[in-house]
Amino acid sequence: MNAFSKPDTPLFRVENLTKSYGPRIGCADVSFDLYPGEVLGIVGESGSGKSTLLSCLAGHLTPDRGQITYDGRNTLSMAEAERRKLARTDWAFVHQNPRDGLRMGVSAGGNVGERLMAVGARHYGDIRAQALDWLGRVEIAGDRIDDRPRAFSGGMQQRLQIARNLVTGPRLVFMDEPTGGLDVSVQARLLDLLRGLVRDLGLSVIIVTHDLAVVRLLAHRLMVMKGGFVVEQGLTDQVLDDPQHGYTQLLVSSVLQV
Amino acid sequence: MTDQAYNFAYLDEQTKRMIRRAILKALAIPGYQVPFASREMPMPYGWGTGGVQVTAACLTPEDRLKVIDQGSDDTTNAVSIRKFFQRTAGVAITEKTAEATLIQTRHRIPETALTQGQILVYQVPIPEPLRFIEPRETETRKMHELEEYGLMHVKLYEDIARHGQIATSYAYPVRVEGRYVMDPSPIPKFDNPKLGGNAAIQLFGAGREQRIYALPPYTDVVSLDFDDHPFTATKADHGCNICGSIHSYLDEVITDDQGGRIFVCSDTDFCAERQQGTAA
Amino acid sequence: MIHIDNLSKAFTLHNQGGTVLPVMAGAGLTVAPGECVGLTGQSGAGKSTLMRMVYGNYLANGGQILVGHLDVAQGTPRQIITLRRETLGYVSQFLRVVPRVPTLDVVAEPLLALGTPPDTARARAADLLTRLNIPERLWSLSPTTFSGGEQQRVNIARGFAHPYPALLLDEPTASLDATNRAVVLALIDEAKARGATILGIFHDEGARAQVCDRLVDVTGFTPGLAA
Repeated sequence: MNAFSKPDTPLFRVENLTKSYGPRIGCADVSFDLYPGEVLGIVGESGSGKSTLLSCLAGHLTPDRGQITYDGRNTLSMAEAERRKLARTDWAFVHQNPRDGLRMGVSAGGNVGERLMAVGARHYGDIRAQALDWLGRVEIAGDRIDDRPRAFSGGMQQRLQIARNLVTGPRLVFMDEPTGGLDVSVQARLLDLLRGLVRDLGLSVIIVTHDLAVVRLLAHRLMVMKGGFVVEQGLTDQVLDDPQHGYTQLLVSSVLQV
Repeated sequence: MTDQAYNFAYLDEQTKRMIRRAILKALAIPGYQVPFASREMPMPYGWGTGGVQVTAACLTPEDRLKVIDQGSDDTTNAVSIRKFFQRTAGVAITEKTAEATLIQTRHRIPETALTQGQILVYQVPIPEPLRFIEPRETETRKMHELEEYGLMHVKLYEDIARHGQIATSYAYPVRVEGRYVMDPSPIPKFDNPKLGGNAAIQLFGAGREQRIYALPPYTDVVSLDFDDHPFTATKADHGCNICGSIHSYLDEVITDDQGGRIFVCSDTDFCAERQQGTAA
Repeated sequence: MIHIDNLSKAFTLHNQGGTVLPVMAGAGLTVAPGECVGLTGQSGAGKSTLMRMVYGNYLANGGQILVGHLDVAQGTPRQIITLRRETLGYVSQFLRVVPRVPTLDVVAEPLLALGTPPDTARARAADLLTRLNIPERLWSLSPTTFSGGEQQRVNIARGFAHPYPALLLDEPTASLDATNRAVVLALIDEAKARGATILGIFHDEGARAQVCDRLVDVTGFTPGLAA
């Protein structure tokens, strides 16, 4: 299947997802479909529930209610072994802080190769060749393959995290503020890279951020969250240029113009 | 002469029963780390408290005990543990591998092939082979549960990337019966091939980490490796300067400050037997 | 190809006391394949609003916007994304790109998104940039640092890279010199010749006269302005 065919079945379906922390609402009644090759942005201020939602979607948190279906399989009722296997093959998770997503004591090549070895790769030469290929794709020089991530800049660490995640050819990528801690110039490079990868690999992406500029450039569709609820969703540029909900209007009008 | 102030083999009977239950469970699930309530022993951690507790739980008055440290019967650690059991259990002792019914070891497997009915007890400092890259115990237990062992190969990958070959030369990880990945304790990888298919019962005790694991006789044990970097059991490329053996694991001994050195068998009993054999 | 019927639009400003601004009512027009229709009307009459609604950028409150077989007013985001990728192009007055991306790739992107092989897409982009007189030495640079006129031409090249069956042009000749203006008008004529449906805003009366087959005054669609 290539990235440009548009099957009519969603890759990922979320229905009425609800998670509370005691009396406090994490996220409530969230539903959406994500199709192959689609990028969904989730925006909202701190505490809006977007991170809780992402954790529930990626299986890091167990929601109180609702359904999550990936490729026809119920990810909430599947065995943990199966879910973890999914998480290291078909899914990927890019953390805001690369330290959370990388093994800092392991070389760049080892970091990229880990997922391959986890699914049974046992040929050193092949693993290394694939790691080199992926370092190249995220614009890290091949001669850095044996360096540890702590010798890398923040932008390089983030790109390494992306390579490490994408090496097994996942179909669904969760991103939590992937450009969060980076300089603007580095952000632009990363965004460009992500766009290319999403397009070339036909990835489906769920990206959580508070940066409206990032979603405008990356996301096809946008969900706006406030107080745990989705207050508005639609086509990204439509939501940003013609916001319908008061909160979205406030959010959009609060962005500093440069 | 048994010191009458102590119970047989130092530990009280309830504790020994608890340890025996852990050993039985470990034997039933080869390579699986069974938690046990490790006791304070009259020796510091790192001196073999785990092995000593396992030995204490296995000893009977009829046993003949051998204790080795790095293959040698006469190093401090071996001597003090042997004396400990002479005093608290009054069991017979021996330096001959073939005559021992129970051998407690640190860092070696005897050169002489073990036989059915013998028990080999290893002292283990860090039982968790995944600890190298995953510090969280909750996570490593989950990884064992779900057989997520990719990380072990990351460790070997790092070795090759850094040194051009798998430089891990001791505590070389193994897969037991195609299921659990196990740390064989810091034995040289030269000894790894002796882990599998061994006629003796092999028990591993980690006192500080409170874990017991085991290999029942004739267990299938495979050293992890890559297709293009296969496992090799290595030793110094010399013969023993004393007995002449070219098949035994050797210690390098510095003899002067002029760069003089000799290589001798690390297994002192094996070396002595060969010398007697040569002499006879 | 483009058929608009009884279209209405109001903005509700929730943060300004819920003020409702009706900006369009009863709008209707049709553009046939091979035809170019120019929107006229004074500033603020709603020309750009109408264009944005056709593109799905603004939501409609009522009525119908048929582009091909899709009613944009009712379309799901996915349908609109597909429409934009395959059928409906839009040349806006502003270039919005990821910084750092080379001009050549910015122009080739609509083709890449359709799965065109990169070499073919870049060759097409190079042709357009050459025609629009963007010097080749600039192709490897990001257009973010270009002058207004250069950015405008990059935007046009991007908009014409894929032969969309329908095109929305928002002042494509503004801020262009005579030479480049002629190139853009030629591009529009070529698009019409291959049967493209074009809806545009042209303040440049000469350009309007040259490419538009008909004009539609949007003043009649604007509540409060219509007499």
